[in-house]
Amino acid sequence: MAGLGEIITESQIWKSIFRHPMPVDRRNRIVVMLTNFFLHLHPVSIKKQGIALSYTWCMGGVTFFLFLVETVTGVLLMFYYRPTLEWAYNDILALRDIYSLGIMREIHRWGAHAMVITVWLHMYRVFLTGSYKPPREFNWVVGVILLLLTLLLSFTGYLLPWDQLAVWAITVGSNMARATPILGHEGPGHQLLTLGYPMITSGSDARFALLGARNVGEETLNRFYILHCIAIPLAVSLLLAIHFWRVRKDGGISGPL
Amino acid sequence: MHGISPQQFAESVSAFLVPFYIALAAMNGIAALLMWRKFGPVTYFRLRTPGFSFPVTNALVWTIVALGFAVLSAMAAGANLSMMPKMPESFREFVNSQTGPVIYTLGTTTVLVILFLFRSWFVKPAVAWSIWNLMLLFLGLSMPDPNFFAIVAKPDNVPIVALVFLLAFFTWLATWKAVQNDKRMEAGEPPLEKLDDEKILVWPDLVYTEMICMIALTAVLIFWAMWLQAPLEEPASSVKTPNPSKAPWYFLGLQEMLVYYDPWMAGVVLPSLIIVGLMAIPYIDFNKQGNGYYTIKQRKFAYIVFQLGFLELWVTLIVLGTLLRGPNWNFFGPYEHWDAHKVEALNNINLSEYFWQRGLGRSLPMVPQLQWIPEYLPTWISGWFQPVAQFVSILFTREVVGTLLVLSYFIILPPLGAITVFRNFYQRMGFIRYMVLANLLLFMAALPIKMVLRWSFNLKYLIAIPEYFLNF
Repeated sequence: MAGLGEIITESQIWKSIFRHPMPVDRRNRIVVMLTNFFLHLHPVSIKKQGIALSYTWCMGGVTFFLFLVETVTGVLLMFYYRPTLEWAYNDILALRDIYSLGIMREIHRWGAHAMVITVWLHMYRVFLTGSYKPPREFNWVVGVILLLLTLLLSFTGYLLPWDQLAVWAITVGSNMARATPILGHEGPGHQLLTLGYPMITSGSDARFALLGARNVGEETLNRFYILHCIAIPLAVSLLLAIHFWRVRKDGGISGPL
Repeated sequence: MHGISPQQFAESVSAFLVPFYIALAAMNGIAALLMWRKFGPVTYFRLRTPGFSFPVTNALVWTIVALGFAVLSAMAAGANLSMMPKMPESFREFVNSQTGPVIYTLGTTTVLVILFLFRSWFVKPAVAWSIWNLMLLFLGLSMPDPNFFAIVAKPDNVPIVALVFLLAFFTWLATWKAVQNDKRMEAGEPPLEKLDDEKILVWPDLVYTEMICMIALTAVLIFWAMWLQAPLEEPASSVKTPNPSKAPWYFLGLQEMLVYYDPWMAGVVLPSLIIVGLMAIPYIDFNKQGNGYYTIKQRKFAYIVFQLGFLELWVTLIVLGTLLRGPNWNFFGPYEHWDAHKVEALNNINLSEYFWQRGLGRSLPMVPQLQWIPEYLPTWISGWFQPVAQFVSILFTREVVGTLLVLSYFIILPPLGAITVFRNFYQRMGFIRYMVLANLLLFMAALPIKMVLRWSFNLKYLIAIPEYFLNF
């Protein structure tokens, strides 16, 4: 079998994909980090203490991994799920009771909860080690936006099963928006936006913009589905790229100067 | 018993408790083994009888604890509620009758303050391990209570229970390191993180760690998904409002704030300020020390403010909102049945009513009607002018006391701080950064202040202008 392995790794196809020999010696362990797309996010070498689990808690990495799990399971769920009042609940029911890969929904939901927790823990660790201090100020800001987007991802996904839990949680959550100062129709100062007639009504305020309707309904389901599956993940992906790039540019994992 | 028979209930409790106690026994057994073989046992004291002396070591103590948990798991295995180890009825009744939002909030604050003040004792591994065991034992002994079980084992609440334990663990870990570092740095030594400056290759050291983490996490997720079904209730109905109606758990701290503030504050202004405040941290924290290692003493102010915000005002409010708020958002003790007919008298009074009616013994001043808007103004200006003028006149007549209080809170306190307690801060930060910090702190403190005012004076609003949806 050793011969077969050699034939494969010596073939032109293999070599066209992996432009380096197996990383078994020091030189190739360095080369592999520079020539592999997935590995090049990392530096070649790193301070030993910087990657100690008791220091980093691995929470940033775990959060990113959970984002990938959510993406993969989410895409699989999208094959089954139709975001309409007629089908949404029944599709989730079928995922639970009929489809053999229905466990993807469980993984997706628990992964989402876990991601909210791990992103908080990541922020907690970064604060407690003072890792937001110069030169990492901007990356902390990007991180806070990512934390907010994580909550919004979870919030928009919460509606999709279209059961009592989902609809009422989103109703309670989005009711806050109608009290937005100036922009909500029950918010302080909304009377100020007037053109002789009130500009801010229940049909034109911040809550309406969020829900696409006066109440949580089919328009909301569609809006949240697009936010959940496309808009927010795109924003998160872009910000993640910036976040990781800045980790490298700002001096790698933090440590005492 | 929430729609299931007592026997079914006992079986589901048993199905949770048996693996739970076995895991605790294994956890303590492994700890004892490590202490015996790896770290070298520490003798706590010696049992002496004439002619006989026996060392009681940490390894022995935790072995006995492990055996205790093994016995508990055997007792839980029979799915028989009378055999199951549980909290005494009298204790549960005591907890139910004595707890409320006030006790809960003051209690958690006191616990956090004590943990902080005596941190160098609490972080000792033996102490922390005992507390950790007691927390888990508390959970295990409480589970046979049907009301406790119904709340904690609700699938969407499981993450919060996990969050509490994870936070306890990681807070201990961080504090333990900080205490060690603070001691070292006082003695003129570098922090622990500085000791190992060696550089290693990312392949294999980091890449393999990442891969092991990914595999472990995948396993955890798959087991979690197999063990606990994702919640799915009845199909949505816009006419059947559940009681209580709760937002997703991570927003329940905000929903809890609705008890004290109107939605525009609790749901919009304060959350926005949390985000803005978090983003502002690196720009207002001028302290150059404590960059890249755990420390408390070198950045005490930043540490205390953050922990107050995160652990107390964010996490404990979420735990309160999720686990202890039931129908009609009433408070229920951890072992109390969620009775939708529980009545709590709410008789909250506005500051203006306190002042005009109770203080001066007269009725509230009338809302002034403005008649003198010039007619030649275009409607979009006059339409804007009328409400502003009326709003301002209410502010300074009916609501004058609250207005002056709030204005002085936000206008007088920052400069007062700058020349007294925060003098050093002001000098080092400059005007703008100092004002941002001061205002963020004032908004953060506004929540506990309002809580205390509500509990002590039943105060509803400092400024109440429902005509313009502005209640503060």
